Amino acid sequence: MNWQLVKLSLVFAMLGVLAVGGGTAVLPEMQHATVHWFNLTDKQFRDIYSIGQVAPGPNMLMVLVIGYRLAGALGALVVGFAFFVPDCILTLAANRLWIRFAGSPWRVSVQQGLAPVAIGLMFAGTYSIARLSLFHVTNQTPDFVAIAIAAVVTAILLWRHINPGILVLLGGAVYVLFTH
Amino acid sequence: MDPVTTPPSTKSSTSTAKTVSLSEIFKVFFMAGAISFGGGVVAYLREYLVRGSGWLSDEDFMSALEVSETLPGLNSVNIAVITGDDLRRIPGAIVAVLGLMLPGTVIVMAFGILWNQSRQNPLVGHFLLGIAAAAAGLLLVVSLQLGKQQLSKLPDLLIVIVTFLAVSVFKISLAWVLLGIGTLSIWLYRPHPSRPARFERLLHPRHTHYRH
Repeated sequence: MNWQLVKLSLVFAMLGVLAVGGGTAVLPEMQHATVHWFNLTDKQFRDIYSIGQVAPGPNMLMVLVIGYRLAGALGALVVGFAFFVPDCILTLAANRLWIRFAGSPWRVSVQQGLAPVAIGLMFAGTYSIARLSLFHVTNQTPDFVAIAIAAVVTAILLWRHINPGILVLLGGAVYVLFTH
Repeated sequence: MDPVTTPPSTKSSTSTAKTVSLSEIFKVFFMAGAISFGGGVVAYLREYLVRGSGWLSDEDFMSALEVSETLPGLNSVNIAVITGDDLRRIPGAIVAVLGLMLPGTVIVMAFGILWNQSRQNPLVGHFLLGIAAAAAGLLLVVSLQLGKQQLSKLPDLLIVIVTFLAVSVFKISLAWVLLGIGTLSIWLYRPHPSRPARFERLLHPRHTHYRH
């Protein structure tokens, strides 16, 4: 149990610090780590991701539920600290350094160089969630109701800006309607 | 003239102009953290910090966002750290982050505990599955919109594709991807080597008098 907490804190500290491009960028690695190194299932990971979607604030607060599922209330606390605290300290230090380098040519290089990497990582995160939700987890066959929901949400959001929170909740309701 | 030795502009403009109390900082970030359902925390922060409290100019906010996007970690949390630090140094950063995360923490944990008790219920499972499917569509649109610039420029598009393939197809771990592709990409965008003086200064920052 204690070893589990140490392992959790190390893994999530690493995930928080590696999240270049935000939370979505780190989803593939988080899924891999929690499913292969801990006993979370793909379905549980997907469920917990969805819970993060319907709570206010940063979606990545979902990591608290991962900690809770794997090691109870203490697990939630440990994962929360590990994921957010080292990253906040790094941001604080890096931002002060960043201000010092204001106008230096390397600052622009880092920004321009990391931007396409961050976008690539976001697409990879999108792919992970699509993989988990648009195909049945058990036999990998396409789930046509889920695919239709994703396609309609994509089309609506490309067409105009609607509060995505509403669309996401509607997605859940529509899926329940079509499968019950 | 030397850009490295000029004093930081954002800090001097915000922290000397007015002092904001820690409880005010907490309140503003708490509001943004409580109301931002369905993601888009950054948009709410902009609303509260620029239009609501007037602590930041739109320019300040965009530059904080730019830094937040390059630094690891969640953009909204990074903005809280940077803005809090600008307003009231480290205590400001701490209350900003706590305020932003507190409402979501309470609600996500409440949902998490309920889910943990009822996760065998097919109704709950299907509702969450529908949410994930909708979120996949949302993530696709967000990635396309944020990446508009990168996707329409050839060297960048290649880096986007290589990064995606490395993670999603070849399952290379994130640390290696960042170290390899990230470093390569920064090197591709390295400063034009026609200004050796600047390089020298960056490699040896102790020669500048801006240090503590």
